[in-house]
Amino acid sequence: MLESIVHVCLAGLSAGMFIWLVASGLTLIFGVLGVLNFAHGSLYMLGAYLCYTMLSFMGGNFWLGVLIGPLVVCAVGFIIERYFIRFVYHLELPYQLLLTFAFVLIFDDVVKMVWGSGSIGSPSVPGLAYSVDILGRLFPVYNIFIMVVGPLIALGLWLMLERTWWGRIIRAASSDREMASAIGVRVRNLYTWVFVFGAWLGAMGGALAAPYVGLLTPGMGESIIIDAFVVAVIGGLGSLKGAFLGALIIGLLTAFGTRFIPAFDMFLTFILMAAVLLWRPQGLFGEAK
Amino acid sequence: MRGRWGVIAFLAWLAILLAVGLFAGRFYIYITTRIILLSIFAMGYNVLFGRTGLLSFGHASFYAMGAYALALLNLHAIQSPLLGLLVGVLSAALLALIIGFFCVRHTEIYFAMLTLAFGMMVFSLIWNIRSVTGGDDGLYGIMREPISFFGLFEIPLGTDRQFYFLVLVVFAASVWFLRRLARSPFGLILSGIRENDQRMEFAAVNIKNYRLAAFVISGAFAGLAGSLEALLESATSPFMAHWSHSAEPILVTLIGGVGSFAGPLVGSVIFLALREIIERFTENWMLWFGVILLIIIIGFRGGVMGVFSTLTGGDARTSAQGHDDHV
Repeated sequence: MLESIVHVCLAGLSAGMFIWLVASGLTLIFGVLGVLNFAHGSLYMLGAYLCYTMLSFMGGNFWLGVLIGPLVVCAVGFIIERYFIRFVYHLELPYQLLLTFAFVLIFDDVVKMVWGSGSIGSPSVPGLAYSVDILGRLFPVYNIFIMVVGPLIALGLWLMLERTWWGRIIRAASSDREMASAIGVRVRNLYTWVFVFGAWLGAMGGALAAPYVGLLTPGMGESIIIDAFVVAVIGGLGSLKGAFLGALIIGLLTAFGTRFIPAFDMFLTFILMAAVLLWRPQGLFGEAK
Repeated sequence: MRGRWGVIAFLAWLAILLAVGLFAGRFYIYITTRIILLSIFAMGYNVLFGRTGLLSFGHASFYAMGAYALALLNLHAIQSPLLGLLVGVLSAALLALIIGFFCVRHTEIYFAMLTLAFGMMVFSLIWNIRSVTGGDDGLYGIMREPISFFGLFEIPLGTDRQFYFLVLVVFAASVWFLRRLARSPFGLILSGIRENDQRMEFAAVNIKNYRLAAFVISGAFAGLAGSLEALLESATSPFMAHWSHSAEPILVTLIGGVGSFAGPLVGSVIFLALREIIERFTENWMLWFGVILLIIIIGFRGGVMGVFSTLTGGDARTSAQGHDDHV
């Protein structure tokens, strides 16, 4: 029983860190730009596919793909913000959501056109493609790797936002756009670069998540984005700390749900999401505005 | 649709639909039936979205509720189509009342996320309770029995053409009802909430109750469209309840024109017709649709009806009705 609990916890933690890879960029973009980006799942998907392509065409190793693939997605992110999202900041919420939703539709088909509509087996990672014995059961080393990378990304984001000059500017622009603009911050450019950075995070998430998920499918972005929404909402929309803890909660909840009440694991997630929205709309770890 | 011209345009549209029912082939009848079902779904949705500005991702669950309620009644008890529709609509309205009770406490993004959460709860239940809902297979084998008037005489619905006329009658009645609703004091108060909710609150209007009422009405129409689809296809699918299905009426409304009563109607025709046409040339219908959506949001937020009323020099306010007030 104890072994089983340990394994469920491990599965939950790695699943949580896997969602965090996606939710981090989503949360950063929402926190600064105020736009809930439906297309974030698509950027994640593009990251995974581009990483795969780098591998198969250039014969490079996995880490090179993880490095280069997301950079291409940064360019895509740049175009999306500069030529599209920029025009809807002042509009009502439905337009912002639907604009990013349009990109979901576009990228889904683009992926089908370029890589085919079937699933592709994900590349294996040199050096990490084996399992270790933990308490009598095998556990993939790559999942342990994800459990290390997640907190590292969280630490990196925290250091950047709290300890660097750039971070201070970003925080200023997110707390009061006009004031930041008045003291000379070029908010428009800043928004673009924050979006590009968020897109990079999402694409990195996709590239790193591909070996964890095991398959690349054209719909992979759409299924992950809802999980990321759930996590972002539970932690508090726009709060990175909240998204990190929210991802852990959802990961563990799903793992325990799948183990003990498999028919209702999805139901549990959404009931928690609804409960948080009703009881603490600012999220479990967000601050009330 | 404004005043007399609106009525004339609508009657002309009904005449076209009637002609389709009388003369068109099976394929066109089927497509037109789907257009009408989407119109009903979208027009009902617009009571909430267009009138109160609330964006719901949960309406697919009411659609599915209508479909599954009709299917369960049909498979296990009574096959009467009218009773099935009634049960479908009432169950959807009841579900909307329960879910809406919680959701109307919030607006904007929190409302959207709450409806998403509740909608996906319903989806997960349909997906997982196989013994009742058939899980991912859905329910099938729904019978389309004739409408019987106390055994005196019967109207058969067996063929798609016969069923089409039932759909047409339901559609005309829905439009009539929603039109009355839009012009009633209730409809005006909803518009008022959309424009300025604080002011309406000062005028002693209980905003939450009105939002809830709009939520339930739009949920009931989603259920109506859903139960009609169950009859049309003789089957239900769990994806009827998926959140992405809730996006359909929004997209349709956006194409047709958000502020206009006829917007969802016009949008449904364009949406499905365009899909048929694009799919003949390419498999990548979503790509093109995404591009169209981008163009509409960036350039033509009034939708087709907005462009139309600008061209005819009509009252542009109706087409853009407050949606662009920051521009």
